[in-house]
Amino acid sequence: MVDKQDKKPEKRAKPASRRLPKTARELKEEVGTTGHSWDGIEELDNPMPRWWLTVFYITIIWGVVYTILYPAWPLVNSATSGILGWSSRGEFTAEVEAQNEANAAINARLDSAELTAIADDPELEQYAVNAGAAVFRTWCSQCHGAGAAGAIGFPNLLDDAWLWGGSLEEIYYTVAYGIRNEVSADSHYSEMPAFGDILSDEEIAQVVNYVQSLSGDPQDAAAAAAGAEIYLDNCSACHGEEGLGDIYQGAPNLTDPIWLYGGDYDTLLETVTYSRYGVMPPWLNTEGGRLTESQVRAVSVYVHQLGGGQ
Amino acid sequence: MSATEEPALYASREPIFPKRVKGSFRSFKWVILIVTLGIYYITPWIRWDRGPELPGQAVLMDLANRRFFFFWIEIWPHEFYFVAGLLIMAGLGLFLFTSALGRVWCGYACPQTVWTDLFILVERWIEGDRNAQIRLFRQGWDARKARLRATKWIVWILIALATGGAWVFYFADAPTLLQNLVTGQAASVAYITIGILTATTFVFGGLMREQVCIYACPWPRIQAAMMDEDTITVAYRDWRGEPRGRHRKAHDDAGDTETLGDCIDCNACVNVCPMGIDIRDGQQLECITCALCIDACDEVMAKIGKPRGLIDYIALTDEMNEREGNPKVPIWKHIFRVRTIMYTVLWAAIGIGLVVALFVRPDLSVTVAPVRNPVFVTMSDGTIRNTYDVRLRNKHGEDRVFEVTLASDAPLVLTAEGEEGGEILVPADSTMLQRIYIMAGPETAAAADSVTDVTLWVEDTVSGERVYKRTVFNGRAASNTAGN
Repeated sequence: MVDKQDKKPEKRAKPASRRLPKTARELKEEVGTTGHSWDGIEELDNPMPRWWLTVFYITIIWGVVYTILYPAWPLVNSATSGILGWSSRGEFTAEVEAQNEANAAINARLDSAELTAIADDPELEQYAVNAGAAVFRTWCSQCHGAGAAGAIGFPNLLDDAWLWGGSLEEIYYTVAYGIRNEVSADSHYSEMPAFGDILSDEEIAQVVNYVQSLSGDPQDAAAAAAGAEIYLDNCSACHGEEGLGDIYQGAPNLTDPIWLYGGDYDTLLETVTYSRYGVMPPWLNTEGGRLTESQVRAVSVYVHQLGGGQ
Repeated sequence: MSATEEPALYASREPIFPKRVKGSFRSFKWVILIVTLGIYYITPWIRWDRGPELPGQAVLMDLANRRFFFFWIEIWPHEFYFVAGLLIMAGLGLFLFTSALGRVWCGYACPQTVWTDLFILVERWIEGDRNAQIRLFRQGWDARKARLRATKWIVWILIALATGGAWVFYFADAPTLLQNLVTGQAASVAYITIGILTATTFVFGGLMREQVCIYACPWPRIQAAMMDEDTITVAYRDWRGEPRGRHRKAHDDAGDTETLGDCIDCNACVNVCPMGIDIRDGQQLECITCALCIDACDEVMAKIGKPRGLIDYIALTDEMNEREGNPKVPIWKHIFRVRTIMYTVLWAAIGIGLVVALFVRPDLSVTVAPVRNPVFVTMSDGTIRNTYDVRLRNKHGEDRVFEVTLASDAPLVLTAEGEEGGEILVPADSTMLQRIYIMAGPETAAAADSVTDVTLWVEDTVSGERVYKRTVFNGRAASNTAGN
């Protein structure tokens, strides 16, 4: 049997690279250990592979070069700025400039277009609405709300009641020059007197009842009737004889259910006694504001198409 | 390092020179190669008329406009579930084929296998078969070797270029893109993609070959977990072949009485193997079951007058069975078993589901999102107004007018921002966001109530197709502060 086995052609030897890797014991005899042992697990004293060492040295060089080129080492009040002069703020500015440059052509179109003609150019209108929405979220939403629904003292821009007018031109003017501010000479201006210094408490109560009767039921019908004459003498110059308001003086319509500060008795009493003085800054940069002509135009188009524009 | 032989960090590749082989599996693989490569190269050039506004390419992945066109089917991004469904089907299909036929994907249809086959074919045309290749490999560099190598690499690069080139045609109008590519006007991303795919095709198909399968591809490991004892795979019937013997005549002349097996140890199976393994060592990770060793062995068996199938498609259970001398179990009995039938049922169910979904999906697609900031607006006459963001999709190749109407028990009025009435023009092949207002008069119940149900109907004024969306109308009771 042994002879027959020998006759069998020998299996070809596998090439060297196909041999099994050396066992741990063989390696241990070959390279030795570091002497570290954890629960019997020993660490072989293999040198680092050359590629690993090379990469390690490269990372050191990289690190040194990096700290020279870029801001790195902290100093007492600042840090080294790096010889490339890079900064995240600079990168941001460059991005903004690139965006502005990309939009320069359409912004120029927006600037030169008649405001009312913007709606006839779908591409321009779409740009104005989208750009205006971005401007609104950044600069307007703090007071008027992200959804433009306003808040107490800050008008809701979605409805059809406009203190200073709801046409596109009127909205543009209000945004550009603002209201009752001391920055722009062309700002909207009007001032309601504090009637606490002019009328008696009883007269104020009567006129508040009358104002309530214009849009609904007064608290005291008799007082409301008495208030009619006080209203005509003191209020109608701005709010109109019928209480319809006047957009040229920013005087609100008192007959509708929309109230900037609230239409309940106590709030109205406070409004008449102490007056109100809502301020909006000018936004156009030539008037001391923060926005360019095209941004003001865009946000005006945006606000105009929110559902209440006239 | 110690003074002993320094162990190498990497094993260098053993060059493999697969020998040419003829046989039924090889022929079948040529057919698959021609069909799959044909589909790949020709598909982008098939034209399909969809009207003037839409691309005329049958299969087009329009990334810029986020559309996928497949003959008469157009998939929008919101219909990505079709792609998900197809991927699930592809996964289940691989489970099915692997559990039934082992690594049949690797052996026949995997692009790595198909392109490597093509590259080996080119190599054989230019440098000759296995022995000529080995001689060329071993000899030093001379003019002939340089010429053959250069020719081979040029042809490989041309194939690789065509491969990378064909890929980009799936993403843009093929004739236009080809013109732009040639004149240097195509987008840089097209050139970069072609460059990368040309390089990978050349390196994978020409230089790395079996190393991709052995070292880089995760699929063999996954497949190994899905095979069972009934899975058909390529194996050597060692109970029939062993003990192998090369010199039969000498063996007999020596008066040796031991019966030799059928294997004459001619190494034909080893020589043809593109993975460089010996199938007689048993199942191996490297084996892609390309079945070329079956063809090679069958040819030899025919020459020496033995039955075919010393190396064959068999299952693990066949070994026990055949060792005991039982008759062979037919292949179909291995294939049709509960596991594969369940995979088939699942696979078919998803396929049928997708086809049904494809046919019942409406051409008209609408979403309605009530604006909640604020929930309602009070107008100066006391009217309560709600706003809705309505997205209208026009999947047609021309502009369409959609009419939005309102169905509600309450006396509500509908208008659209910037439009007269509820008729909205949606440009061809696009989605439009349209703001819709619904208003309730100051004295109506809807204006006072918190919630009133409403239904928006959208009708395609050309086709008459209608869909509806249910939504709600919020009145004053919905909020005490909003809508000042």
